Amino acid sequence: MPLDPSYIGRTYPPTPPYEVGREKIREFAEAVGDANPAYTLAEAAGEFGHSEVPAPPTFPFAISYRAAAQVIEDPELGLDFSRVVHGDQRFSYTRPVRAGDRLSVTVLIEDIKEAGGNDLLSLRGDVYDAEGGHVVTTTMTLVARATEEV
Amino acid sequence: MAATVRYAEVEAGGQLPLLTVLVTREQLVRYAGASGDFNPIHWNERFAREVGLPNVIAHGMFTMASAIRAVTDWVGDPGAVLEYKARFTNPVVVPDDGRGAELQVSGKVAAKLDDEARTVRVDLTVTSAGQKVLGVTRAVVRLA
Repeated sequence: MPLDPSYIGRTYPPTPPYEVGREKIREFAEAVGDANPAYTLAEAAGEFGHSEVPAPPTFPFAISYRAAAQVIEDPELGLDFSRVVHGDQRFSYTRPVRAGDRLSVTVLIEDIKEAGGNDLLSLRGDVYDAEGGHVVTTTMTLVARATEEV
Repeated sequence: MAATVRYAEVEAGGQLPLLTVLVTREQLVRYAGASGDFNPIHWNERFAREVGLPNVIAHGMFTMASAIRAVTDWVGDPGAVLEYKARFTNPVVVPDDGRGAELQVSGKVAAKLDDEARTVRVDLTVTSAGQKVLGVTRAVVRLA
């Protein structure tokens, strides 16, 4: 059954804060094989004007994807997660995520459409710090592939 | 790491240094742990084949994270990236053969966007085994 387009524009409540740890940033940078010293050394980060070590540009995805679970698992929307693949991904930064940030995500269903029997679901996550300042907006398109019968 | 790229010294069409990334099963396991994405298609060959994949495939976000290194290695400051997007077009197949897969990332300055803000658009091309794995991969970057 196709997703109901009347869900476009629906927002979900802000998520409880995610506290970004220095060692989590180090672990993530190592996992993506990125040896940039700004991710691990405060002095190197300071040379670029960062008060704390910044996270790699794609790090916020992990936080926003957790927030997107509210939508993905929303029984009313009825997305069949076993058919879902990641179609595309965008980030728009006001500033990099940094160690010590306490980040909350507000998720919005930006678009729902059908293409070739596939359901396309675009989710926007606005990520804010504890002071309410915008940090980054992440937008992901999830594609629920058509079932065999279609 | 004081390497900074000056807006005034960059021309549209200029190439970024090429980046080659080796992707091994160990790397994918590390990425699964660090990112929290434990989908078995990224580490369990039996499961991957059961759902019709040729083998274990890399996380799309791992590939996206690798590709932006071509930009952050070039400019130094990760905070210089203002926008970044990619489309996941083909999977990166990572065999358990002691070598894994190789990603080739090339980038060029597609356009100088704003002389005041010193921003440029960088277009990235990401291939593995001769096939494009990411589509429309673009970053907006603030230069010095």
